[in-house]
Amino acid sequence: MLKNFLPHKAILINNKFIFFLTVLMILIIFVGLIFSLLISPSDYIQGDSVRIMYVHVPASFIALSCFLLIGLISILNLILKIKFIPLIGKSLAPIGSVFALVSIVTGSLWGKPTWGIWWVWDARLTSMTILLIFYFAYILAWKFIDNFEKANKISSSIAIIGLLNLPVIKYSVEWWNTLHQPSSITLTSAPAIHYKMLIPLIIMFLGMFIYTLIIFLMRYKTELMKLKLDKKTKNN
Amino acid sequence: MFGKKVKYRLLFFITLFTLISLILFLVLNSLEKNVVFFFSPTEINNKSENYFKKKIRLGGVVKEKSIKKKNNSINFIITDYTNEIIVSYVGSVPNLFSEGKGVVAEGMLKDKKYFIADKILAKHDENYMPSEVSKILNKNNN
Repeated sequence: MLKNFLPHKAILINNKFIFFLTVLMILIIFVGLIFSLLISPSDYIQGDSVRIMYVHVPASFIALSCFLLIGLISILNLILKIKFIPLIGKSLAPIGSVFALVSIVTGSLWGKPTWGIWWVWDARLTSMTILLIFYFAYILAWKFIDNFEKANKISSSIAIIGLLNLPVIKYSVEWWNTLHQPSSITLTSAPAIHYKMLIPLIIMFLGMFIYTLIIFLMRYKTELMKLKLDKKTKNN
Repeated sequence: MFGKKVKYRLLFFITLFTLISLILFLVLNSLEKNVVFFFSPTEINNKSENYFKKKIRLGGVVKEKSIKKKNNSINFIITDYTNEIIVSYVGSVPNLFSEGKGVVAEGMLKDKKYFIADKILAKHDENYMPSEVSKILNKNNN
C-alpha cells in the first residue's frame, strides 16, 4: 500500500478515484450530520451545545495527526534524501492547518455557552495556538523560499521542532490545571462518552478523515507533477 | 550513505532537538504560575502569603447547598474536598454554574478563607451522556 505513495504510482491516482472518495465523503458526512444534529441526544449538562463536539473533536484529532505525520516525514527526509518524501509533508500541511483553525474556532464557539467565555490562555488552548503558528511557519517556509533544498531544510526543521509541542498539547490537560476538560477518549480506559454520542463522533471523524485524504491526494498529485515538470525542464 | 556530512547533520539536529526540549522544559516549569490556569483551595491554603494582592484564579467544585443569591450578588463555597474557600461575586454566572459542578473564579484573595471574584467560569468534566441516562443513574444512587 505504501508503494502507492511513490511518484510513479501516486501520479496515476485518477480523477475517478478522487470522485469516488468525494461521493463517499459526502454520504458519510450527510449521515454524520443527521446523527449529530438530530438523532443523538442532548447532554445531561451541556444540552444541545454539546453538538459542536461532533466537529470540534475530529478536527482537533486530524490537526494533531497531520502535524505528527509531517514531523515524522521530516525526520525520514533527513535520513533518506529522496525528493518526493518532503512533498508528502508539504501536501498535508494546508489541510492540517485548516483543521487546526476549525478546532480553535469551533472550540471557541463551544466555550462561550459552556464555560462562559470565548477564549482563555490555558495550557490546552495556548498549545493549540502554538500548533497553528508552527503550521503557518511550515507552509510559509515552503512558499517563500525559492531554493527547494533550502525550503526543505528549513520547513523540516520547523516541523521537527514543532513535534515537541504535540505531547504538550495532548498532556496539557493532565499536567496542569486547565479550563479545558481532560480527554474523554483514551487508549487506556473506556470512553467517557455514551455510545449514543460516540457513534456520531466516529461517523463525523470518518467523513472528515476522507476529506483530508482527498485534499492531500489532490495536492500531492499536483506537487508530483510539478516535480516531474521541473525534472523535464532541467534535462532540456 | 552515512558519510561525514550526514553524521554531522544528524548530530546537529539531535543536539538542537535536545537543547530545545530542555529550554521548553525549563520555560514551562518557570512559567508554572501562568501555565497553571487556576489554583486549588488546598494550594491557596498552604501558600496563601504568595497569593494576596494578586489577581489569581481559584478552581474547584461548588460545594453542595452553598450557593446563596442576593439581588445581583452570589456567594458560594468552592472546595476541592480537602479545603474550602468562600467566594463572593457580583454579576451573572454561566449557565453551567451549579452546585456539585466545576468552577473557576478569577479575582483576589481577601484573606485565607475569603475570595472576591470578578469573573466566574464554569468547568465541565469529560463525561458525556444523555439526560435520560443521567436521570437513571441518579435514581439508582438515591
